[in-house]
Amino acid sequence: MKRIIPTITGLALAATIATAQEVAPLDVAFDEYGAVAVSLSGVAGNVDNGIVIMTDRGKGNCIACHQVTALDEFPFHGEVGPSLDGVGSRWTEADLRGIVANAKNTFPESVMPSFYKGTGYIRPGDAFTGKAGTEPLPPLLTAQEIEDVVAYLLTLTE
Amino acid sequence: MTKTTLKSALAVAALFAGATVAQADESAQLVINGEIEMVTEAPAAAHLEGALTTVYSGWLFRDDATQAIQMDDFDNPGMLYVDQGAEMWATAEGTEGKSCADCHGDASESMVGVSATYPKWNEAAGEVRTVTMQVNDCRESRMGAEPYKYGGDDINALEAYIGFQSRGMPVNVAIDGPAAETWEQGRDLYYTRFGQLELSCASCHEQNYGNYIRADHLSQGQINGFPVYRLKNAGLVSVHNRFRGCIRDTRAETFAVGSPEFVALELYVSSRGNGLSIETPSVRQ
Ligand code: HEC
Ligand code: HEC
Repeated sequence: MKRIIPTITGLALAATIATAQEVAPLDVAFDEYGAVAVSLSGVAGNVDNGIVIMTDRGKGNCIACHQVTALDEFPFHGEVGPSLDGVGSRWTEADLRGIVANAKNTFPESVMPSFYKGTGYIRPGDAFTGKAGTEPLPPLLTAQEIEDVVAYLLTLTE
Repeated sequence: MTKTTLKSALAVAALFAGATVAQADESAQLVINGEIEMVTEAPAAAHLEGALTTVYSGWLFRDDATQAIQMDDFDNPGMLYVDQGAEMWATAEGTEGKSCADCHGDASESMVGVSATYPKWNEAAGEVRTVTMQVNDCRESRMGAEPYKYGGDDINALEAYIGFQSRGMPVNVAIDGPAAETWEQGRDLYYTRFGQLELSCASCHEQNYGNYIRADHLSQGQINGFPVYRLKNAGLVSVHNRFRGCIRDTRAETFAVGSPEFVALELYVSSRGNGLSIETPSVRQ
């Protein structure tokens, strides 16, 4: 139950601040390289919240797979994906938004989960309960949370 | 996923992640009680061509302290369950008043090699059977006793005892003949990207063994040491319970412990360990 509460409050929050500018998961426009030009929420990303999402197991948990030197104070960085150091210099904002929203458009077959997607799963579950979930599932991150992470990634310049 | 896309996925991952080679301490040798030498690294079976070249025991991926516990039977808490299993073996139960020993005699003779070759095709039943299924069939049809709960404490202890009789023998599971269909079903499950995280067994245990995922050092997910004693749970963990945990962690609807899907997956995963020594009962954090 503990795990579910933050997700639910997160959702409620997202619902109240959702505006006409918010792009639904199925409406995201990826270009042929997987980049997404338009903000998903229409609201500028918050770097501090981006850090929370990067490190929190119940949110993006990005450091489970990625090493980030600037986040050294948070223990246990994984090695499944590349280091994200300097990622803000290697990619544009649109590229990063696309990678975080659905990395498989940029890297076909990537093991990186698609964070802004709610349908098209095999045996979708209800979070980590092991029980069946019903599509569309709430995306792993909200539109605003994606923007927050992207804002943070853009600070990782070399 | 076809072989070619699998290979290119591998190539991409290797390109970005640097070497994904196992960081196993290759000098570490598993010798139990200073005398029983285990094979913890073996050439991959022919059916793994294109997927793996070498198979590694999960023992290699554990920290020094955990490795050490498995090297001495006096320190290995799994041995308490082996002893419990020995008692169960000799205890009469059910309406027939029979024990396992009444039909099978001394397990240190009759059960040698059993766990190394299971899951196995059962001709009379027309299905692939795990050791649990076989034990439960004996209980129901020969002893007149209730079947054990799949993956429960009782069968785990008995399976630890049965598995212990094969300790040191190489895993040698048959995948051809009538078992082939079940094996293929297991292989398909192994490569299916389940759940909202869309991860397959291969995503973690084939493409990323040797890498850390958060604080966990990923192994090849071999089952030659099962049931394993897990220090964190202070008890034995069955193969199917481990599978269920891994699938749950992909935010998927899991299969049930004892389900035909997990039986097929067990056959397939066992066969990926052909050549490694049976280590039952092995020890994990
Ligand atoms: C389960 C593993 C996993 C998780 C979790 C994960 N990623 Fe990734 N990520 C990868 C892999 C692997 C790649 C490399 C692309 C490939 O080969 O698939 C990658 C690539 C990237 C890249 C491109 C890096 C570069 O230098 O080219 C970015 C940016 C990125 N991830 C950001 C994130 C963020 C932000 C999160 C969390 C919201 C996240 N990732 C979560 C596995 C993961
Ligand atoms: C998100 C990553 C992930 C996925 C996907 C995954 N596992 Fe695991 N698995 C782990 C971790 C972490 C461990 C504990 C460390 C280790 O042994 O690799 C583990 C352990 C295991 C073990 C115990 C190995 C040992 O030596 O104790 C087995 C067996 C296993 N997994 C099988 C599977 C199978 C089969 C699947 C697919 C149904 C699967 N795993 C999917 C992460 C994963």
